Amino acid sequence: MTSWTRKDLVSLRELSAEEIRLILETGKAFKEVLSRPIKKVPSLRGKTVVNLFVEPSTRTRISFELAAKRLSADVVSMVSESSSIKKGETLKDTALNLQAMNVDYIILRHSAAGAAQFLSERLKASVINAGDGAHEHPTQGLLDLFTIAERKGDLKGLKVVICGDILFSRVARSNIWALTKSGAEVTLVGPKTLVPEDFRGLGVKIEYDFDKALPHADVVMLLRIQHERQRQVMFPSVGEYISLFGLTKKRFQKCKSDVLIMHPGPINRGVEVDSELADGLNSVILQQVTNGIAIRMAVLYLLGGGKGPQELVS
Amino acid sequence: MIQNTKPQDAHSPFCLQGGRIIDPANDRDAVGDLYVLEGKIVDPTKVPASTEWKKISVAGKIVTPGLIDIHVHLREPGQSAKETIASGTATAAAGGFTSIVAMPNTNPPVDGPNTIAWLLDRIEKTALVNVFVTGCISQKMQGELLAPIGSMKKAGIVAITDDGHCIQNNELMRRALEYASMLDLPLFDHCQDYSLTAGGVMNEGYWSTVLGLKGWPALAEEIIVGRNILLAEMTKAKVHCQHLSSIGSVRMIREAKGRGVSIYGEVTPHHLFLTDDSIQGYNTNFKMNPPVRTKRDQEALKQGIADGIIEILASDHAPHCPYEKEVEFDQAPFGVLGLETELAIYIKTLIDEQVIDWKRMIAMLTINPARLLKLDKGTLSDGVDADITVIDPGLEWVIRAEESLSLSRNTCFDQVSVKGRAVKTFVKGNLIWSI
Repeated sequence: MTSWTRKDLVSLRELSAEEIRLILETGKAFKEVLSRPIKKVPSLRGKTVVNLFVEPSTRTRISFELAAKRLSADVVSMVSESSSIKKGETLKDTALNLQAMNVDYIILRHSAAGAAQFLSERLKASVINAGDGAHEHPTQGLLDLFTIAERKGDLKGLKVVICGDILFSRVARSNIWALTKSGAEVTLVGPKTLVPEDFRGLGVKIEYDFDKALPHADVVMLLRIQHERQRQVMFPSVGEYISLFGLTKKRFQKCKSDVLIMHPGPINRGVEVDSELADGLNSVILQQVTNGIAIRMAVLYLLGGGKGPQELVS
Repeated sequence: MIQNTKPQDAHSPFCLQGGRIIDPANDRDAVGDLYVLEGKIVDPTKVPASTEWKKISVAGKIVTPGLIDIHVHLREPGQSAKETIASGTATAAAGGFTSIVAMPNTNPPVDGPNTIAWLLDRIEKTALVNVFVTGCISQKMQGELLAPIGSMKKAGIVAITDDGHCIQNNELMRRALEYASMLDLPLFDHCQDYSLTAGGVMNEGYWSTVLGLKGWPALAEEIIVGRNILLAEMTKAKVHCQHLSSIGSVRMIREAKGRGVSIYGEVTPHHLFLTDDSIQGYNTNFKMNPPVRTKRDQEALKQGIADGIIEILASDHAPHCPYEKEVEFDQAPFGVLGLETELAIYIKTLIDEQVIDWKRMIAMLTINPARLLKLDKGTLSDGVDADITVIDPGLEWVIRAEESLSLSRNTCFDQVSVKGRAVKTFVKGNLIWSI
């Protein structure tokens, strides 16, 4: 198996299929750790992790915090409301100040695409992208891949439908790269305003009729309808959105019986997905959250010089 | 090695010997000698035979009228950390430019005769090359009320523009053009429909999709170019569309020019050399407005130049401090440096790629802009000011941001290997740049 050589995790686009597999395999080993009564390992003892969340997020921040703590790292979380960024300090200066405190990892959530790359080029610390604008959210893509592989085994030839606000979604982009590199076939669905033709260049299919895409799907991944202010230009109303692109019970009838329903959260119940379906047997939405910790542990561990799953088993 | 030389005695007669003299206005492209006396180009047979000429050999070099750049941001008043008239004109001299046209989007904007008087005084005191000034179309550049264009014309402006901004109100634009045509002033427009570019930072297409950056579609420029063509036709005013970037703009201007509409356009070095894939690393030195687009757009711009549809080259020299540029891509200001590097980039993209020949390229940098603005510049005719550029077409060099004479460092050509450079620049017979 390949070994990890990167200082940072900025995007899945730049990773090879082997690197992605290494993270997934390592994640599997950590998932086993998480099922033990004592969920903590000493891999990152003495290391310092800073969660720098310039854009608010609860789930991802807590997931990274738990992952780092279960690896025995010291963790500090910094959110923009309470930070010097609020006082006008630039991202570069904030990061350099953190580096001056000898932190080992900076986990960055930021509203500007490219922010994680910007820091990775300027810091000695490892930078993990926890979502940068509409660019990427690599650990989300990895945990989604992990969750699919857990249920479906080999990803090759698997048909994955991603439905919703693709244009502004970093989750969609990370998933597109991870899935296509792993041999899955990705179809994007959503209103044309949010699923522009330019996405075809990323090696995916586009379908504007959700009902046509559903019968073939092994996985249906629903993305949150966001950017409330843009909603009125991008589609006329939530009601119309549901009628065209909501995973309703009626639409669900068209799906394969073992289809996986996924959502990166937070869900708008009854909008992207019917409330009962979100809680139903086909839904793996909460498994995604559980797996998120294992994947983030794997990423922290590999960036910190960890060799891979074999090391953890022994 | 690289330095601006102190002005020499302009009154000592000299002769540039044995260079290839390219003077498109006089349809001249031949090896010969060029004589300068008392700051003017002269015919040596018409001056006293006793005149002693200091001989300067420029064999193997190209001698042209001093180059003209009609799209420069000198940042004074108000933004002198980015550039000053002194530093910007030194940068121009190093690029071979002897006349530049300053954009009015300063702080305060140049929107009235008082600011123009201040600016002209500052130019008089600190500029190394000729600087022509423009005035705003609208008061405070807010796109709402007409600026005192007539008073500004009396004060010395050569064109009106809200460059950096684009008047969205078509009624105001119509009235501005009617007014400008009455005063025989060209209007420069930065063509951008704001409703189509909200939040946009790069060309909309494959790369904006991959990078997750908000797209700035070509359509936003084209819709305004289309408007400008219709208004130019209606008002008979001269409308010059700045920094053209897209296929559609070239196509519409081609069609309109064919019908005799007074529409003009310019192309920048970055739009000729770069495409949107250059933004892959989120380097903010590749962030400019309008954004660089695709190979197909670039080819259309070159075809437009080859066909004479686009007649002017200009840099849109837009300095920004390093600390302003070293931020997230979304937050960085738009704009790149251009004056020192543009000649080499034009040679690389237009001469080396055989889009046009030297004579046509020099026309695009001299007589064509001079005619648009009715400047008494851009030729080597007898009796005109001895504004001369000597170019070594074979000089190979590497562009390095840290060597720039600008106060800023935001070049998008850092580390690019080029060939051809201005080796001597004269303004009114004074040698102001030499390497």
